[in-house]
Amino acid sequence: MQLTQRSKNVVKKEMTFLERIYLPAIAKGMWTTLKHFFRKSNTVSYPKEQREFAPVYRGWHVLKRDEQGRENCTACGLCAVACPAEAITMEAAERERGEEHLYREEKYAAVYEINMLRCIFCGLCEEACPKEAIFLTDRIVPSDYARQYFVFGKDMLVEGVEPDKRVDVTVRQKHITEKNTQPA
Amino acid sequence: MSLILLFSLGFIIEKAVLIIALFALTLGVAAYSTYGERKIAAFFQDRLGPSNAGPWGLLQPLADGVKMFTKEDFVPNQSERWLYILAPGAFIFVALMASAVIPWGTTLTLGGLNWNLQVTDVNIGILYVVGLASLGVYGIMLGGWASNNKFSLYGAIRASSQMISYELAMGLSIIAIVMLSGSLSLKTIVDQQAGMWNVVYQPLGFILFLTCALAECNRAPFDMAECETELIGGYHTEYSAMKLGFFLFAEYINMFISCTVISCLYFGGYHFPGLDPNWLGGLMGPIILLSKSFFFIFVFMWIRWTLPRFRYDQLMHLGWKSLIPLAIVNMMLTGAGILFFGK
Repeated sequence: MQLTQRSKNVVKKEMTFLERIYLPAIAKGMWTTLKHFFRKSNTVSYPKEQREFAPVYRGWHVLKRDEQGRENCTACGLCAVACPAEAITMEAAERERGEEHLYREEKYAAVYEINMLRCIFCGLCEEACPKEAIFLTDRIVPSDYARQYFVFGKDMLVEGVEPDKRVDVTVRQKHITEKNTQPA
Repeated sequence: MSLILLFSLGFIIEKAVLIIALFALTLGVAAYSTYGERKIAAFFQDRLGPSNAGPWGLLQPLADGVKMFTKEDFVPNQSERWLYILAPGAFIFVALMASAVIPWGTTLTLGGLNWNLQVTDVNIGILYVVGLASLGVYGIMLGGWASNNKFSLYGAIRASSQMISYELAMGLSIIAIVMLSGSLSLKTIVDQQAGMWNVVYQPLGFILFLTCALAECNRAPFDMAECETELIGGYHTEYSAMKLGFFLFAEYINMFISCTVISCLYFGGYHFPGLDPNWLGGLMGPIILLSKSFFFIFVFMWIRWTLPRFRYDQLMHLGWKSLIPLAIVNMMLTGAGILFFGK
């Protein structure tokens, strides 16, 4: 059965004189490499310059806050249910009086943990989230030495209140909206 | 008596200064060949190469040197200890010796003195170079043998049989040059090319010599002694630290010397049409010769990053069945040419 059109029939034949003296083939090869010599390098000097991530890239999760710095998450648990790797655990708590500036709605996640070793970065949690609270970002999950350090709690997931500590997810957000509105 | 002593003292100082300068030059070129090799390899593969140590990575050889010196100097338990230590020294010693007979230029006028830019003009200069080239294999052989390692020994054996088969063709192609110039002195050979380079008369001889030089330097596509993929480094598998550094360094020195010899034998040495080697107080000669030899170093690297390694039997076939007969034919053609057309 033929799978592709690319297979070539190999014929064992004697080399011609020109092939046997190698020189024309060598000259051809050297011309090819010379063309590469003057070609622009593809290298990105990684830590110094970084390439932009594609909107489909799914990395380190972020728990978003709204414009007033209140956490979006209401601990509904839909992300944990959607998660095929069962990486997400959370404990819900009720918002007390005086905590209105911290949490957007009456219920919030007191504990929110993602096990980064279980997570398969499928992005189903952000699709499941009704409050636009969780997003997968273009940040790379840092490496570490022991397993326990890979259970990321709220300290590693919730973005900061200050403007410079916010995590920009507009590109990702747009991508998800487009994906969701596309006819199946 | 004192006049003779004074004369010889001046002579000794002159030669010593020249030798030290040459030594520094050779080592410098070898060090920067490693940088050049990595840069050129990178460019051929659409990469950047070393770029972090200094501007454009120019301090990379220095960093490499520091690394080589500070690594653990390991001697395998079952090795022939003294031979194991001797081998890299022997290799680099032989490699450094060859530059003595190369005519780097005419005379350099510096500080009111005339410096003859050739350490010694022995009348068998080219024979001396060939002799040292064949001595070079002893370092590889000793290293491979003393390591007490199968792969090292394989590398060493391959290197020595390769040397034997390629030295023949190399010698035969040199004979054609010697027939043209009627002298074994490199200075005479170079000076006779003031009008026309030897490569015009000896195109076949040049290709043969270039091929053999690649094989003699253990450069790809004839790097049988190293064979990184099959023999994991070949004769220097067991070596580490500066002993390994010596081996690698000596290979680059060999390459530099080979390229210089090629320029001297076939490309007119310090002669270049339209440029007088006596310009700039005699500095033009070395500049011309060095540019030629740098060009050939580039060609050597270019070849390395283009061609895959020959299989061992293909190498032997090429050496004995193609290069040696061709070299003999070349020699006979040269003889016939001299007989019928004069020089």
